[in-house]
Amino acid sequence: MVQVVLSGIMKTAVDDQAEIEIEAKNIKQLLDALARDYPKMEPYVKKGLAVSINGVIYRDSLYQKIPEDAEIFVIPRLAGG
Amino acid sequence: MASSTGEAPESKGTHQYQPRDFKVVGTTPLRPDGVDKVTGRARFGADMNLPGQLVGKVLRSPHPHAKLVSIDTSEAEALPGVKAVVTRDDFAENEAHHDILCNIMARDKVLYEGHAVAAVAATSRAIALKALKKIKVVYDILPHVTDVDEAMKADAPILHDDMFTHGVDPMPTTASNIAGRCEFGHGDVDAGFEQADIIIERNFKTAATHQGYIEPHACVATVTSDDYGELWGCTQGHFVLRNVSASLVGMDVSKLRVTASEIGGGFGGKTTVFLEPVCLMLAKKSGKPVKMAMTRDEVFKASGPTASSSMDVKIGCTKDGRITAGFAEVRYQGGAFRGAPADFGAMCAFACYALENVKAIGWEVVTNRPKGAAYRAPGAPMSVYAVESVVDELAKAIDMDPIDFRLKNAARNGDKSSYGPKFESLGLVETLEAAKNHPNYQIPLGPNQGRGVASGFWFNFGGETCSTLNVNQDGTVAISVGTPDIGGSRASMCQMAAEELGIPYDQVRAIVTDTSSLGFNDTTEGSRVTFSSGMAVIFAAREIIGKLCERAAMMWDIPVEAVKWEEGKAIPAGANAGDFEPLTLAEIADAAGGTGGPIAGHHEYNADGAGVSFGTHLVDTEVDPETGFVKILRYTVIQDAGKAIHPSYVEGQFQGGAVQGIGWALNEEYIYGDDGKLQNAGFLDYRLPVASDLPMIDTVIVEVPNPGHPYGVRGVGETGIVPPLAAIANSVSDAANLRMTELPMSPPRILKAIHQAEAAE
Repeated sequence: MVQVVLSGIMKTAVDDQAEIEIEAKNIKQLLDALARDYPKMEPYVKKGLAVSINGVIYRDSLYQKIPEDAEIFVIPRLAGG
Repeated sequence: MASSTGEAPESKGTHQYQPRDFKVVGTTPLRPDGVDKVTGRARFGADMNLPGQLVGKVLRSPHPHAKLVSIDTSEAEALPGVKAVVTRDDFAENEAHHDILCNIMARDKVLYEGHAVAAVAATSRAIALKALKKIKVVYDILPHVTDVDEAMKADAPILHDDMFTHGVDPMPTTASNIAGRCEFGHGDVDAGFEQADIIIERNFKTAATHQGYIEPHACVATVTSDDYGELWGCTQGHFVLRNVSASLVGMDVSKLRVTASEIGGGFGGKTTVFLEPVCLMLAKKSGKPVKMAMTRDEVFKASGPTASSSMDVKIGCTKDGRITAGFAEVRYQGGAFRGAPADFGAMCAFACYALENVKAIGWEVVTNRPKGAAYRAPGAPMSVYAVESVVDELAKAIDMDPIDFRLKNAARNGDKSSYGPKFESLGLVETLEAAKNHPNYQIPLGPNQGRGVASGFWFNFGGETCSTLNVNQDGTVAISVGTPDIGGSRASMCQMAAEELGIPYDQVRAIVTDTSSLGFNDTTEGSRVTFSSGMAVIFAAREIIGKLCERAAMMWDIPVEAVKWEEGKAIPAGANAGDFEPLTLAEIADAAGGTGGPIAGHHEYNADGAGVSFGTHLVDTEVDPETGFVKILRYTVIQDAGKAIHPSYVEGQFQGGAVQGIGWALNEEYIYGDDGKLQNAGFLDYRLPVASDLPMIDTVIVEVPNPGHPYGVRGVGETGIVPPLAAIANSVSDAANLRMTELPMSPPRILKAIHQAEAAE
């Protein structure tokens, strides 16, 4: 299980929990579980999300491993100009 | 050596940095594209011509909002010289790219003045323009809205009947122009404000601006009778352009080859498609090559400017300068479709500060304006302008030096960012200290002169990337990258390859390949190319070194483990390896035909680990109290580059960001009339800063290595535009003793503020 933190309105999509526990060994498993267990998260997952693991932001690496004790944040998918 | 295959390791984006003494990196060699560009030989988007090509032109809506009742193209099609006409009927519905489809060719409604309604390909420009006039369009005109605050009102004209605000729980059941809401932060801002000795709350507005690239959008397309297409054009991302265009036109991706021309500026505005799918469809229908180029009027009205904004900011601090709480609510309109970067605005607003209590809310809004596109650090300059203006006011209110105030609250390693994750490695404090120690911060100011400071942040990212290096028989090396060079990246790629291989810079040449010659690469955006393509080049070069050692081992008949690469040569790894004369790269390359054939290296990956970027700007201005004109006296950009591969290019990015920020702060704005039409679609009325408006932009490159890159590189392309709006506003405020809360601070607006201040005294 990993502890996941979601900001603001995404927090309301997970029943207003500051942190949630999710069984996931990589980013894809994490996002799939979010969409599956919290249906209100599905639009966010569909729109695209980035995941911060211990301060390093991963945008596309779906199979990036998540260490057990990692700090996990889910944030909007980054873009730029 | 990095591997290009195998399972991704844990935290692969971190801790790759290795300190080293550089020989080529950090120098400033001539750019490989320089001579072509200064002699006019470089070929930009409109410079490609094919035999028998037609001219394509677009019919655009004169109305900001209307139902498209009917489009009759029969007279246009009958005109001699017209070879193809396309409308919405030629493009099938496309779920994956629905908004892009609706933007490149209107479907049920036109949503802004300039929205494409039809396009014609003809044997001459004159015939094409004549044909456009013969297309009969029946519009049912609808009420329009172009202002973000107006668009959010319950009684505003609704652009999309199926737009229900995301991010509001429960989701509204009635449609609105509010596409989404987002929120970031932590702590308890109400409790934080209770701890404050002073609280300042302000409202701000910024105008929409255009990236202002000098080269208009242009492309040439051809499609064969068996449905193979080729497209040449100016773009920041030809792989994305290929994928989206192929999808919209209904082609297999493998059947479309796209070549990126040289680019005359992009700054985010060329990260999407406008003309290209239309050009391909015209080429497909006509069976002939078609060339299209936007006029400047079309660039303003129908490409992708940045968002305009309306913002509320409230910050509280103690008497000794500790921020106790920060709150921001930002409302961005991004034109007629989803995509206004309100989320990035909210995330960046307070990113410079380590705050216990912070909350930032973003609202993404649609209006009857052209669909916005990215513009350097999209969303950040506006929200940072608002926050940094209030920070400046707070510092003044407690009589504290503005840099000391920022240092007291600055984000440092290990601090929780205002948008969530902890910062791992950042150089904000270093930029603030460099600013405080800079000679420009000590120069005495004269009458009507003021000094402003502001800091800013951008995330940076990596993205999908691959690069190939080929060793030529004479020992030179060719680099193929898939990221268009918009800021000198070919030179920095050559430097990194030369550094790894131990050969001179001028023995390496980099090209941007077409989409059929290399795997997918994300767009040149997000300050990612020197970081991600550069890292791919480094790893590909290391793969080559391994192969060079193998070839040397073969030639010496010793195990490969007994060979090492040093300063561009294979040498025995130790005394026991044997006594052999070093083999240069050129010698090994020359023998390659007999030792296994060509030598090449390749690397493909998702480049994660891009380091965050911070900068601090210092500006001195003089405000003419009689005219409201603002003169920039001095401007200094201090920014963390991680490691500057080519310092002149890094400085160029800093300076370019500052200059675009100066334009945004002082003069540039999309001006709409009550009729919903753009009133200043040209460079005479849309006032870009020119050389005579500017002093030399001084630069300081701070180098706090990014742990996620072997050399410590951070992206530098975007952060430079984040602080200028605030820094200039703070400087003008200091000079004129008034707080400007609306951009641009054009002379009439400043004069009005001066007169209002005088009347209030």
